[in-house]
Amino acid sequence: MSKPYNNTKATLALAKASFRSIMRSPSAVVFTLAFPLIFILVFGFLGGGGVKVDLAIAPGSDLQNPIIKSLEKNNVIHLVKGKGEAEIHKELEKGHIAAVIDVQKNKAGRPAYVANIKYTSASIDKGNILKSVLSNLYYSLNAKDMQPSVAQLNESTVTGRIYRTIDFILPGQLGFSLLSTGVFGTAFVFFSLRQNLVIKRFFATPVRRSSIVFGEGIARIGFALLGAVFIIVIGHYFFHFTLVHGIVTVINMLLLSVIGLIVFMGFGFVVSGVAKSESTIPPISNIITLPQFLLSGTFFSIDAFPEWLQPISRALPLTYLNDAMRKVAFEGAGLWDVKYQILIMVIWGIGIYAVAVKVFKWE
Amino acid sequence: MDRTNAIISVKNLVKKYDDFTAVQGLSFDVYENEIFGLLGPNGAGKTTTLEIIETLRLKTSGEVIVDGYSVDKDAGRIKQIIGVQLQAAGYYPNLNLVELMELFSGLYGVSIKPMEMLEKVNLQDKAKAKYKALSGGQKQRFSIATTLINSPKIVFLDEPTTGLDPQARRNLWDLITEIRNNGTTVVITTHYMDEAEQLCDRVAFVERGTIIALDSPDNLIDKLVSTGFERKKEVKKANLEDVFINLTGKEWREDN
Repeated sequence: MSKPYNNTKATLALAKASFRSIMRSPSAVVFTLAFPLIFILVFGFLGGGGVKVDLAIAPGSDLQNPIIKSLEKNNVIHLVKGKGEAEIHKELEKGHIAAVIDVQKNKAGRPAYVANIKYTSASIDKGNILKSVLSNLYYSLNAKDMQPSVAQLNESTVTGRIYRTIDFILPGQLGFSLLSTGVFGTAFVFFSLRQNLVIKRFFATPVRRSSIVFGEGIARIGFALLGAVFIIVIGHYFFHFTLVHGIVTVINMLLLSVIGLIVFMGFGFVVSGVAKSESTIPPISNIITLPQFLLSGTFFSIDAFPEWLQPISRALPLTYLNDAMRKVAFEGAGLWDVKYQILIMVIWGIGIYAVAVKVFKWE
Repeated sequence: MDRTNAIISVKNLVKKYDDFTAVQGLSFDVYENEIFGLLGPNGAGKTTTLEIIETLRLKTSGEVIVDGYSVDKDAGRIKQIIGVQLQAAGYYPNLNLVELMELFSGLYGVSIKPMEMLEKVNLQDKAKAKYKALSGGQKQRFSIATTLINSPKIVFLDEPTTGLDPQARRNLWDLITEIRNNGTTVVITTHYMDEAEQLCDRVAFVERGTIIALDSPDNLIDKLVSTGFERKKEVKKANLEDVFINLTGKEWREDN
């Protein structure tokens, strides 16, 4: 018994036990892996199509003309044929169809065709897209054999990386997965260990308190990283998630994950200390996770939010994790390039752990 | 047997909580290699006293020395040489008994063979079971197994037989006696006087935070008898529990 006590060994024993326990806990697996994967699947299959504008052809409209031919070739326009007038009117009112077109041969001779287009106020943005497509078409059809007299447009497209829906959704889902495992997982584990006197039994051994916290932290980080790798691999191989620098990008994303998770675990420690009973943990945790889920750019870019909401979004730590993740994954940024985002997360971390130290209870 | 070597020495121990005093001036010694019983009604201060000796709770005043170490200065050392069974401790969720044993060997910083430890308490068949799935007696036996991991000099058992059936209780007595016979000092609390009488070398009666009697069970009984005390009912050579054990057998049972 003269051997000195080994804190590292105790910490690792705890980490191993905790990791085994997490892997066997259905809620941890569901929140960390299943939820994000479902969202990624849904958005992965949804995305990639781009914008489609439904344009109905009025009954009795001429079909064999250059206008309809060009519209058929356009990949933004989806022509809806063979619907009755009443039906078209109803769909227009609901905004299911952006407009209706009626092309007739001009009996007067020139121009050869006249097209009447009726838009709907129920689908203004798609109507606007249609307008620009049609005016483009109008010029190219009419200017076929003419030299421009004022200006000529020379258009070309730079071939860049394709920004797919997955490139936006996956980092957001990864961030959310880290948030929920950090907050819910940590809160539940420490609350139940305290409640069931597991921690008290630990205190009867020579183990240090710091070993208990570190052991638990190592296990949770290990589990979350495993989940992150799994999500990234699925995203990359099945949905062409962009990893600019390959494995280096993955490592950078994992490092960001660790920073994010440590911050989120701080929230978990606070919740476990504040909660009076097991049943108050989910509502308190939801108060922390739900606003971030909705406002931190998990599903939509925060630029799309109304202006009064944006400052709130820009105050949340998940916003910066998501932001940094996207920059790293899609733009190929290094960790130094996202130092601002990391700094904000570190500030959050310092703040939340200051609170955690005050409210955390061992017994 | 040499009984003069005190392994635990408690002097004038006081524990005050905000509004009441749980322990007021307790003093006693526990000798090496004895089974020492702390007896008394609920709330008398038994568990508080134990937890102070186990370094789980801070005392208000007094002196507690465990195997030469003071609880004030050497709590870490004391933890390494004692084994503690708490009244209602839980264990890490989702782990089986072998995995829990591995965890505790890490926490104590010793290497043990989990199966050997489980064999000591006859739980080798339950190696892959979760703690929650065990019966009351099995849980207590497992708890005791975790106290033996670090080959402690002293084992503390807080009401280990509460809620167990007669067979499980007797099995546990055998186990506790065996632990003592292997050279370990045992400190135990209980509500059952028959248990204390059978098991303990010496007992201390605790009442409202003070010790009101301390001696071997035999001496305490003799003292009472010498005052002229007599049981109202004539004592028979057996009691109802003997009948129960005689009828149902004393062997280990699958569910106890």
